[in-house]
Amino acid sequence: MWSLGPIGFAAPWLLVALAALPILWILLRAVPPAPIRRRFPGVALLLGLTDDETQTDKTPWWLLLLRMLAVAAAIIGFAGPVLNPETEDDGRGPILVLMDGGWAEAPSWAARLERIDALLADAARDGRPVAVAQLTAPEAGALTFQTAEEWQRRLAGFEPAAWTPSEEMHVAFAERIADVTGFNTFWMSDGQARAGRDDLLGELQSKGDVRAFESPRAVFALEPARFEDGEIRLTGHRLRGTGEVSAAIQAFGRDPSGAERVLASGSLDFEDGAATAGTALVLPPELRNRITRFAVQGQRSAGAVSLTDDGLRRREVALIAGREDREGLQLLSPLHYLNQALVPTADLIDGAMADILRANPDVIVLADVAQVSDAPDVLEWVEQGGVLLRFAGPRLASADLGREVEDPLLPVRLRAGGRSIGGAMSWGEPKTLRAFGPNSPFFGLEIPQDVSVSAQVLAQPDPELADRTIATLADGTPLVTRKRIGDGQVILFHVTANAEWSSLPLSGLFVDMLERMAISSRPAVPTAEDLEGTMWVADQRVTGFGEIEPAGASAGIEGAVLATAEPGPDVPPGLYTGEDRTIAINAVAREASFAPQAWPGSVPVEGLDVVRETPLKGFVLMAGLALLMIDLLASLALSGRLRGPRARSAAQAAALAIGTLFVAQSAEAQDSFALGATSEVVLGYVITGDAALDQTSFDGLRGLSRTLFQRTSVEPVDPVGINVETDELAFFPFIYWPVTAEQDAPSAQAYAKLNRYLRGGGMILFDTRDGDTARFGATSPAARKLQQIAQPLDIPPLEPIPNDHVLTRAFYLLQDFPGRSMGAPVWVEAAPADAQQVDGMPFRNLNDGVTPVVVGGNDWASAWAIDRSGNWRFRVGSGFAGERQREIALRFGVNLIMHVLSGNYKSDQVHVPALLDRLGQ
Amino acid sequence: MSIAADLRAASEELAAPFPRLLAGAEQLAATVMLGDHGRRRAGTGDDFWQYRPAQLHDPLRAIDWRRSGRADVEFIREREWQIAQSVILWVDHAASMNFASEGVETKSERARLLGLAISILLLRGGERVGLTGFSLPPRAGQFQIERLAEVLNSPGEGPDFGQPEARGMLPHSRALFVSDFMGDPDPVEQALKKAADRGVGGALLMVLDPEEEAFPYDGRTIFESMGGGVLHETLKAGELKTRYLDRLAARKDLLAGWARAAGWQFHVHHTDQSAQAALLWLYGAMARHH
Repeated sequence: MWSLGPIGFAAPWLLVALAALPILWILLRAVPPAPIRRRFPGVALLLGLTDDETQTDKTPWWLLLLRMLAVAAAIIGFAGPVLNPETEDDGRGPILVLMDGGWAEAPSWAARLERIDALLADAARDGRPVAVAQLTAPEAGALTFQTAEEWQRRLAGFEPAAWTPSEEMHVAFAERIADVTGFNTFWMSDGQARAGRDDLLGELQSKGDVRAFESPRAVFALEPARFEDGEIRLTGHRLRGTGEVSAAIQAFGRDPSGAERVLASGSLDFEDGAATAGTALVLPPELRNRITRFAVQGQRSAGAVSLTDDGLRRREVALIAGREDREGLQLLSPLHYLNQALVPTADLIDGAMADILRANPDVIVLADVAQVSDAPDVLEWVEQGGVLLRFAGPRLASADLGREVEDPLLPVRLRAGGRSIGGAMSWGEPKTLRAFGPNSPFFGLEIPQDVSVSAQVLAQPDPELADRTIATLADGTPLVTRKRIGDGQVILFHVTANAEWSSLPLSGLFVDMLERMAISSRPAVPTAEDLEGTMWVADQRVTGFGEIEPAGASAGIEGAVLATAEPGPDVPPGLYTGEDRTIAINAVAREASFAPQAWPGSVPVEGLDVVRETPLKGFVLMAGLALLMIDLLASLALSGRLRGPRARSAAQAAALAIGTLFVAQSAEAQDSFALGATSEVVLGYVITGDAALDQTSFDGLRGLSRTLFQRTSVEPVDPVGINVETDELAFFPFIYWPVTAEQDAPSAQAYAKLNRYLRGGGMILFDTRDGDTARFGATSPAARKLQQIAQPLDIPPLEPIPNDHVLTRAFYLLQDFPGRSMGAPVWVEAAPADAQQVDGMPFRNLNDGVTPVVVGGNDWASAWAIDRSGNWRFRVGSGFAGERQREIALRFGVNLIMHVLSGNYKSDQVHVPALLDRLGQ
Repeated sequence: MSIAADLRAASEELAAPFPRLLAGAEQLAATVMLGDHGRRRAGTGDDFWQYRPAQLHDPLRAIDWRRSGRADVEFIREREWQIAQSVILWVDHAASMNFASEGVETKSERARLLGLAISILLLRGGERVGLTGFSLPPRAGQFQIERLAEVLNSPGEGPDFGQPEARGMLPHSRALFVSDFMGDPDPVEQALKKAADRGVGGALLMVLDPEEEAFPYDGRTIFESMGGGVLHETLKAGELKTRYLDRLAARKDLLAGWARAAGWQFHVHHTDQSAQAALLWLYGAMARHH
């Protein structure tokens, strides 16, 4: 297909005929219009009269132009013009559909599959073999082609991976296709530049044509959160798109009851042209430690989810020293080194033990404390997961504690007195540490040579001692012992927390050990050394769509691998747990950078919105035909044949043709409105002309629709604004009508329509939105306006909703009908005067049918209103009571819609006993 | 004969609403024969006209003694003047009369209808009606209507444009020429001169089609006469309209002038107008005293 700009031609050679147009011009010019032979008795009077001008023996130029255009249109039309022609690849050979298949494609995954499906359908029609491959899911073996139908069946099984294709994947795929030749490629790309991509592109281009597809949709990526300077720093990227965009960030975590909920939210405000944006959240530690993940709202992709791990957790550590600090000797303070080690990574608490236990810290450090106060409480706290870290010291050594019987708050029995090595009064040299064994949590940590121990408390030999020892001195005596109690543990350092007994607190090893024991938080990015010798098992997994699911059984991963791993099939993004710690592997790495892929000019790039090619042949031929019709009329007019009844019928025909066009168009507009309103349940609201109010109505009904969708089997689509003057009302089961003092009363036709609507079973909710300032019926401007509007409507007698009205139990049991304001009465059709209390039922046998109007002023739409992101637009009340009021308002909305849609079936419940009785007989 | 019968029926229908037409005679002439109905003035005749007081010049025997005996003066009994007038008719049956624009009858039809209608009126009034030339000399009586209708209905193929037949005109009779007068006007002038020489008065009725008055043509056109004998080609018919209309008006003026000079009446009738209007005019023209 030869194309000219966006227009291609199926038979471009026909366009050569356009060159003949000038000849036609000359020919047409030379031939005057044929004369009419007309019998006319008055000819005798005409004899001798000559024409004034001889111009008209040639066709006038505009008529010529008209004819030329008509002929040109015919030529162009038959040349088969096509708007946005699909650049058909030349061959009929096999097609490779290559997807990147990373998380960046997840938001547009459905659209991508749809596009591929269209491609496959085309291929199936042409009988072309197809191969579909996903770069992120490497397969072994050479690429094989199958029928398109086969792939169409399997297409739904493709899922985006939670990682992006790496260079190795590109290379691996290039190897797979190395021996396959002669196919064209559709590359479903996420549009990001990557290493290895250009090589693969070159390889593919050597096999055949390559076309690329990219989604124009903005994709957000969220870097792992960092904790710096007391605030959580979040950095987001956008992979596409410009302009000022604000992306909402939500922090999820478990609340005290264990339910997952949004704990905090923020927004990434991208400036125009900026690809990254950052935000900071300041949260109290209690809340912060509960956060399990951050997510960009409204983005279903692994890249928009960032799991948190210990890097974000700030442990609360309580420090208790056994003796008063000696003034002026800070370096001798038993807690000094612990303070220094823990301040950067943990929140420290001090105080009395009873107070500390109430604060429920993660760790309690007892430095040289022999007698633990509130021991039973401490034990209970440990059993529930607390870590009790004890350091030895002169007091512990001298205390008569755990000598014969093991103290519950000590991991081992202790020998009295301890020992001193390498001092002035003892033999030997200070002992160094022995390398950590593989069962030790410290396995892999490097032991500095200058760490030495000169004094320690000694453990009694015990059968369990070996198991409980996690660090030993070079001579095999335990240095650190540990005992698990319930979910928690008690750890004892057999040396002091200051440098009196050993140089351990002076070394970096001390910090590492604290970290390994999950006492201090680990640095944000663990290095391979940090994780050396540890094993990690995936606990939770992030899918490509950003959903969190249990990882299931999988092989453990070595810490060193985990520290350096890129997310991929071997190390899928998720949460990995080690002994007491967790590490999150996120799809987006820290300091990630994104660059759009620059496709070479030889690769046509399509957006995913399938630009349907539009054959223009019909339009052009129609235009030519229309020109010929005009030419016909013009020729007739010019040669004097267009007169009398002919002129009339010509005018009628023209008017009819033009009229038909307009009628067709307006009918089409009407049709689309009707289709939109009837293909799904749609709630309607009356457009008042006040833009802000209309937006509120829309948002309110959207909120109500969403609530209905979530809670009931009514699944409405977005609400529709109704112009009562022009739009058909019958499509809407429910219409919300906010009344303002400014709006105009409807016209007589609109009233006729509204009355027909009310008679036909529709419901209008009139909302004067002044429930906070006026009681209904009082003289607020809106209420007066409502009276004026409602005057011509067929509204039955009204009464405030009685306690036994169906609305009080259509779905939820309700007695209040609040909106944003509360307490104003809500009026519905009055019950018939002869309604009787039914035996054994708490409600009367009320009227059949649905109340046609509900009138009130509680400003329901504002209570229901959500914005595009699903957040409440208006505050209702205050605090929990306000949220409760909003909930009741939503329930009222649900009841209302249920009442509209299901009528009074709840009312019919009163007949159930009678019916059952009758059935029984 | 059915066409003739139709024509007659239509003509009688048209003539029915009219009172009897009493054609005035200008003067007594030898050719005037006594008819059987009066002329609404005293004269020779059988019917009583009026009593009048006797004048000195009245002969005695003219006095009606019976009437005079009832009064002191003598009365003369006058009788109504009763004559019959000859009216001759020329209805153009040239091809040009067969022209009709859409929706109206041909000029020829209208001309024959009017001619026969006025003939019926005149015949009922006791006049003698005939055609010019010698094919149908003036006669009185109902049967003449049949004969006129028959002749008018079978005119035969005429030339492109008609020329008045001026022969057979009785002196001091009345004549009626019905035509479109589109052809050469000279024969008309000759006929009028001849009529004036013989003391024949009458009327020219010019029957025109509305298109001949409006000339609603445009574009390249070849105009041809109804017989095809005369051709005129134009490239822009619309341009000719004003000049054609000028010529038409000049033709009308010419005919009106000649008619006035000869003591005739001239009237233009269009086929889209009511035939009764034309008949009314004819009635007046034929009854007019000079």
